[in-house]
Amino acid sequence: MTLLDAVLFLPLVGFLILLIAPKSISRTGALLFSLIVFAISLGLIANQSLSTNVPWIDYPPIRYHVALDGLSLWLVLLTTLLTPIAIAVSWKYIDHRVKEFYAFLLLLEFGLIGVFISMDLFLFYVFWEICLVPMYFLIGIWGHERRIYAAVKFFLYTMAGSVLMLAAIIFLYNKSGTFDYTEIVSQLQTGRLVLDARTELLLFLAFFGSFAIKVPLFPLHTWLPDAHVEAPTAGSVMLASVMLKMGTYGLVRFCLPMFPNAAHQCAWWISALAITGIVYGALVAMVQPNMKKLVAYSSVSHLGFVVLGIFSFTQQGLDGAVYQMLNHGVSTGALFMLVGYLYERRHSLEISAYGGVATPAPNLSIVFLITTLASIGLPMLNNFVGEYLVLQGTANVSMTWTAFAALGVILSACYMLWLYQRVFYGKASEGVAHHMYDLTSREWAAILPLLALMVWMGTYTQSFLPPISAQNARILENTQKLKVERVQNQTPEVARGQ
Amino acid sequence: MDSSMLPTSAEYYRILPEIILTVTGTIVMFLEAVLSDWQKRIFAPLALAGLTASMVAAIAANGSPGSAFHDMLIVDGFATFFRVLVIAVGMLAVFASTEYLKRESHPGGEFYALILFSVAGQCIMATANELIMIFIGLEISSIASYILAGYLRDDARNNESALKYFLLGSFATAFLLFGVAWIYGFTGTTNLAEIRRQLEMPGGPSLLVTGTAAALMFVGFGFKISAAPFQVWAPDVYQGAPAPVSAFLSVGPKAAAFAILLRTYFTAFAPAAQQWVPVLWACALATMIVGNFAAIQQSNIKRLLAYSSIAHAGYVLVAVTAHSEIGSAAAMFYLAAYAFTNFGAFAVVTHVARKGERYTKIEDFAGLAQRQPAMAAMLTIFLLSLIGVPLTGGFFGKFYIFKAALDSHLVWLTVLGLLNSAVAAYYYLRILVVMYMKDPEPGEALPAAGPALQIAVYGSAIATLVLGIFPSFVLDFASKAALK
Repeated sequence: MTLLDAVLFLPLVGFLILLIAPKSISRTGALLFSLIVFAISLGLIANQSLSTNVPWIDYPPIRYHVALDGLSLWLVLLTTLLTPIAIAVSWKYIDHRVKEFYAFLLLLEFGLIGVFISMDLFLFYVFWEICLVPMYFLIGIWGHERRIYAAVKFFLYTMAGSVLMLAAIIFLYNKSGTFDYTEIVSQLQTGRLVLDARTELLLFLAFFGSFAIKVPLFPLHTWLPDAHVEAPTAGSVMLASVMLKMGTYGLVRFCLPMFPNAAHQCAWWISALAITGIVYGALVAMVQPNMKKLVAYSSVSHLGFVVLGIFSFTQQGLDGAVYQMLNHGVSTGALFMLVGYLYERRHSLEISAYGGVATPAPNLSIVFLITTLASIGLPMLNNFVGEYLVLQGTANVSMTWTAFAALGVILSACYMLWLYQRVFYGKASEGVAHHMYDLTSREWAAILPLLALMVWMGTYTQSFLPPISAQNARILENTQKLKVERVQNQTPEVARGQ
Repeated sequence: MDSSMLPTSAEYYRILPEIILTVTGTIVMFLEAVLSDWQKRIFAPLALAGLTASMVAAIAANGSPGSAFHDMLIVDGFATFFRVLVIAVGMLAVFASTEYLKRESHPGGEFYALILFSVAGQCIMATANELIMIFIGLEISSIASYILAGYLRDDARNNESALKYFLLGSFATAFLLFGVAWIYGFTGTTNLAEIRRQLEMPGGPSLLVTGTAAALMFVGFGFKISAAPFQVWAPDVYQGAPAPVSAFLSVGPKAAAFAILLRTYFTAFAPAAQQWVPVLWACALATMIVGNFAAIQQSNIKRLLAYSSIAHAGYVLVAVTAHSEIGSAAAMFYLAAYAFTNFGAFAVVTHVARKGERYTKIEDFAGLAQRQPAMAAMLTIFLLSLIGVPLTGGFFGKFYIFKAALDSHLVWLTVLGLLNSAVAAYYYLRILVVMYMKDPEPGEALPAAGPALQIAVYGSAIATLVLGIFPSFVLDFASKAALK
């Protein structure tokens, strides 16, 4: 039982306690629990190489194998940080079926942490699916008008993608005799497990399809705006900040090292889709009349950068992609919170219902401005670092792609600043003036950690980047090495064939 | 009389479970005539005692495996697995129906006796080692089921259900019997192992003959497992029959029918595998597709679960199609997981339906999560297991089935099957949506579930979760007991 297991299982314990505890304490209890989990998870920074590996099911040999490394560390911390924040933003907003709501949030935290630390493919799949259930209920029960449609769409999209991944996992097991990720990678590297080109491509596509839906990569993104618009604030925050990262995390962790040849082979069209997503997401965001939809489409655009960085196969590109995952978690999470704050006051998500908010709520508008600037990649704030690294990594591969991707940065400034202008400037209408009030202390408490992170991650990357880079270097090395060795292995056979 | 013709005590020991079940059932029938109404309350405990004793006997018999009565029956791990499973289902059926019968003002001993007889028939199916025993077991089980389906004799739907089940069932059994006759005519034996030997011999019966016989028998089996295209009866029967009986029919007889299907095709017809595997391939796919796509259209939850149980038969057929040891183990595990899951789901339906089963529309589940959160949570577990979400038995079952299929290089069947299970998620989600995301409609109050029904529901839920989180025990047993 290591610290890592504690961080994983405490939310589950919290979930079970909440189910049986009386309703009156569920809100406080959930907050307390999630804060404890966060406090414990901070201990992971000091101890970055924890792992547990014990058998779960004897045959087929499925193991409870969880481990921490530079890639998963910050994603786990992002999850444990955002859960108490999501609970805090729901404090007033959720007024019916309170107990289930907070229980589901803790269950979601359990699933998300599990996804990021599983080193056994089967275990990974288990957590991957577990995440679906609480989010489905969060959207479906506490969402807005079209919540049911959005919840079902979300579930079915993800499910359809993941069944193919399950088939691929079983196939890999049948070939290699193990579900263990590290074991499979080492078998691939030593040549004990050889996949022919066609098989590798199909397996890659099965994994990739499932991750691409989750990211979501254009053109598989259509579930995202629906889910975001209909979800309650906490749901949107968790969905945008953490859940989307499951997809990009999967790409880095599984798709690259396990199927390097196929990844290289497909990189051109994946990058093309990513760039299409960047530009398309930004253009669609620009014309949205609904704030949440706008932020949702901006997510499609931002995550295009992440995918582009991953498939540049360069150190900077990959570092930027992983850094951008965290950035997007912080800044888009904050944006969804702020939109939620506005909604709680005015009860509308339409941009046209606002205007002149800065006058009655100056602090809110300042915070929104900082978040907006972070989101559009202003230097000294977090997104700039990620986007810069991605663009530089891509530039090493193709200047044309970089140019198109950079277009996305410009467009993001357009739609975000325009949004800011329409919501906060101008003369306050009577409805706005009547409903609007400034940030409460609870709202401050929820947003402050994210603001601090935006600045910290934008100015002092040294605190975050070294473990990421180290892990990325290993992943890239695996990806390259395998490619070379495979070619060497094949040569004698080819010679013999001739 | 030659003393070697007399059965030995070991042989009686091996069929002790069936003996106990039959004797208990007969006692219940007798007491029905002599006891006063007040005393009839002992029937349910008596039936449970009989089932428990027979389960103990079935487990004990596994300690001395072997054949009995001139190889007509065989006790091995495979038989024990299915015997324990169908007896457990019988217990759940008793728990789920006591309060139901009281509610419908139809208490009576014959209900329990019929359950016991049906389970006895299924146990014989599990142990049958030759075609006549298979037929006898099937008939004992079926005839009891036909009556159970029409148990509330004043109810028109019950009558329709029973009649349909009986007519179509007899028709299908006739095909089975015809196939048996063919096989006997060409091989001169009904023993499964002997048939296999004959078929393997050079100059044995031609493939055409064997294939025709196997196909005829599959009509009978396919009816019992509700495989397409022999599935049309299932929705009408499950909808019309009393809810606890639908629960029982959708799992117990189905598991036993799969047992004989596996036994016959993996033993007797193994030499003709190349011929029947493609047929089963198509049948499995058709069954999954018919079940899932028809279920999407349903508004009655009993019908929906009926179509879903057709689809699940399709998944098990995928494992049979794999025609391997692991395929057999996967089918066994899946049937166990499915039995508890589906029974539990029907048990909750029994509860929500209320007196006269007037509330069986999906909309009638609206707001169940607010009215009775515990029941809603249990149904959620069952539905998630039917969808195949991890940590439930249904997920592991699907996982093992598709693993077996990939082992046997059935890549397309696996992919199509998995996509099917994604389609299936849609209609199960509809029930979740109604339960959790719709507000309860004002109407008749929903009384709390009685203790016996609660045992059935919670017991099924616990079994579903245990099979999903700690499947090792059952899986190890299934792997060791699997047919080679």
